[in-house]
Amino acid sequence: MWMFIGRRAVATIPVMLVVAFVVFMILRLSPGDPATVIAGDYASPADIARIRAQLGLDQPVALQFVSWIGRLVQGDLGISIFSNLPVTTLIGQRLEPTLMLSLTTVVFSVLVAVPLGAVAAWKSGTWIDRTVMVVAVLGFSVPVFVLGYFLVYGFSLELKWLPVQGYKSPADGIGLFFRHIALPAGALSAFYIALVARITRASVLEVLEEDYIRTARAKGQVESKVLLVHALRNASVPIVTVIGLGIAALIGGVVITESVFNIPGLGRLVVDAILKRDYPIIQGLILFFSFLYILLNLLIDIVYTVLDPRIRY
Amino acid sequence: MTGGAPMTGPTNGPMTERRTVLDVRGLTVRLPDGADRRHAVEDVSLTVGAGEIVCIVGESGSGKSVTAFTVMGLLPKQQLRPVAGQILFEGADLLTKSAAELRAMRGERLSMIFQEPMTALNPVMTVGDQIGEVLDIHTSLDRGEREQRVLEIMDLVRLPDPKAMLNAYPHQLSGGQRQRIMIACALVLDPALLIADEPTTALDVTTQAQILKLIKEMQERRGTGVLFITHDFGVVADIADRVVVMQRGRVVESGTADEILRRPSHPYTQMLIGSVPSLHPPARAPLHHAPVALETRGLGKTYGGGGFFRKDRTVKAATDVNLVVRKGETLGIVGESGSGKSTVARCVVRLIDPTEGEIYLHDAEVAKLSASLLRKHRKRVQIVFQDPYRSLNPRQTVAESIIEGPMNFGVSRADALAKARELMTLVGLEPDAVDRYPHQFSGGQRQRICIARALAMEPDVLIADEAVSALDVSVQAQVLELLDDVRKRFNLAVLFITHDLRVAAQICDRIMVMHKGKVVEEGSTAEVFANPREDYTKALFDAAPGRGYEFGGVRAAE
Repeated sequence: MWMFIGRRAVATIPVMLVVAFVVFMILRLSPGDPATVIAGDYASPADIARIRAQLGLDQPVALQFVSWIGRLVQGDLGISIFSNLPVTTLIGQRLEPTLMLSLTTVVFSVLVAVPLGAVAAWKSGTWIDRTVMVVAVLGFSVPVFVLGYFLVYGFSLELKWLPVQGYKSPADGIGLFFRHIALPAGALSAFYIALVARITRASVLEVLEEDYIRTARAKGQVESKVLLVHALRNASVPIVTVIGLGIAALIGGVVITESVFNIPGLGRLVVDAILKRDYPIIQGLILFFSFLYILLNLLIDIVYTVLDPRIRY
Repeated sequence: MTGGAPMTGPTNGPMTERRTVLDVRGLTVRLPDGADRRHAVEDVSLTVGAGEIVCIVGESGSGKSVTAFTVMGLLPKQQLRPVAGQILFEGADLLTKSAAELRAMRGERLSMIFQEPMTALNPVMTVGDQIGEVLDIHTSLDRGEREQRVLEIMDLVRLPDPKAMLNAYPHQLSGGQRQRIMIACALVLDPALLIADEPTTALDVTTQAQILKLIKEMQERRGTGVLFITHDFGVVADIADRVVVMQRGRVVESGTADEILRRPSHPYTQMLIGSVPSLHPPARAPLHHAPVALETRGLGKTYGGGGFFRKDRTVKAATDVNLVVRKGETLGIVGESGSGKSTVARCVVRLIDPTEGEIYLHDAEVAKLSASLLRKHRKRVQIVFQDPYRSLNPRQTVAESIIEGPMNFGVSRADALAKARELMTLVGLEPDAVDRYPHQFSGGQRQRICIARALAMEPDVLIADEAVSALDVSVQAQVLELLDDVRKRFNLAVLFITHDLRVAAQICDRIMVMHKGKVVEEGSTAEVFANPREDYTKALFDAAPGRGYEFGGVRAAE
């Protein structure tokens, strides 16, 4: 097991290098002189020269790459052009809200969707099954910002149960945190609940046809345990795959949701950086997210081997 | 309930009156509307006594499995419904029991083992837990006692080193070991009735012989009544006290094993027993002078090898295989699973690439040819696979399946279609049936279609990879006849891969016995069957079920 994790961790190094190279080249391959692009339309030649020197653009490309990688390895993602703060600091400041929003969404979605999907499969063809599937179609179809505004209208403006927007850290009190995160996480969850419930249903439905389910019944096992002990674990690999893909795709949803609910997270940082063409931040964020994805993939592969003893890499 | 088996087994002399465990009376199970018949089983009556093995024999669709599942209360509820009769188990009618009452009896008083040990065990649960689950459901043993009982039963079903195996997962065990685990699950609580649904059909003959012996032994020791479902008369001959023959949902004949096997009275039983191929090969004229159509020299296939960050692990699936098949001759490759027989077949067709050796089609060496150069040789070797349900594209009409090959080699659609209709007649089907889809045919008919598809390419060499193994005996006999017939008609060289010695005895001119990737024995079929030289071949022949009976299926050789 540890051998496997170690091997997989080592195997991520070349992937990271490729990502770093692509990110590095984005700036160099964008049309025109990056310094001019960064400086904007009204910059003086002196400004451009200053930016060029600051980015090290006056040196040979190979040398630039090596020194850039060197700084990356030390955890230096560069300095924001506009705020003059280190990119790592900026990401650090915005990390918590995004992480918390994503985590709440994923945990909530999985807790709701997996039982929902499993029950739909178990009762397939009944009204329970059909209801779950109709709700799933709705979850797929309603865009997150539409649902977000509906939720705000209902729960905040009309019922006045929950705050309209903003973010509170769990450090400020767990109750306060949940009151603030409930609506954005709820809006974001709709899609994932639909996605995970559907794949759970399909996967469990398939597993329920397997011979070992019949064996469990022949042993006199009760239906609830047939479902929980035998079916769900065997159905879990595709479910975990989809949850993993879902987390990766969550980032897009987070950007929108953070805007709707005015949450100071990474999503907002991305949008602001792109609007201001703050290249070091954009590069830093791309690298950061790539690193997260790679980590996530590694994690999913490890979870596979835990769930299914037949899987060995 | 006692902890172990009683040490003195009941004396099962034929004269002793047995206590009846299961008494099925006039059972009728309704099929859903729109099925090809009204009842899955109709008016079925049978009894199983304590310490008795009763075999239900029948072909697919005979209702033998439905009968077994009805007794267990495991029928798919919406589709199949018992509508008449009684199932008296230890005196009480199971059909009147509630779901919870039935559940409490399943696994404890009546238990079941299944056909596929590969799929009948939960792949993500240790085998110890799967046996222990039965104890968890029906008893309140503590952890220590539970493990003790699990180890005891694992020892009783002859699993090597039960302590180490306790935490193994099913995929780490062989097919035979898995079936032993299933038997352990079924017998751990000492049930009064064990239902075995084709428990050895998916196993190799030598493993089958061991499992049959084990079932018999366990059942004699504990006085368990066994209802044994099978399609194999060899197995019946080896294990049954009494036999019930079923056809299309009805019992056509029942009696003691000896009566049924030696003096069957119903024409259907006579036909079934007559279809079982004999272990005595018919006389065949050797074909020393016919030209060689297929030859391999030192053929080998090694799987595995190093990858990035991986430990080297190689498997020699086949080593140094030298074979010659002449025109008009059938060479059989006989062996158990993992012997490499299918690997050889697939290498010859170049479905997989051999790693060593040469393959000659007439004089052309094709073992190492690139895909594009190989192409013109492709049509000369055709293959018929084991499972006719999966080897035809379900979304294509039979015509499309048959003409695809010839059209790839430049035959016009009209010509190919005309040929397809001709071939349908040749394999004994209606020419107009080409416009239908595979699911509209029975298994035997589909295998005929597969043969027509192979013949459409006008090959010199036909490879049959377990081509009749999935078929019922009566259908099997017909398809074997067809294969022999096309061999003669087109002067084909046939490479016949099979695990079934009876089939090999009847259709092959010469046979090769393979074991662990190597050819261990080779010779004319008559020679090898009369005087097997190698120990492995002898063991294989000894394991063939039903050796004591001479079944009818001796066909005239040319």
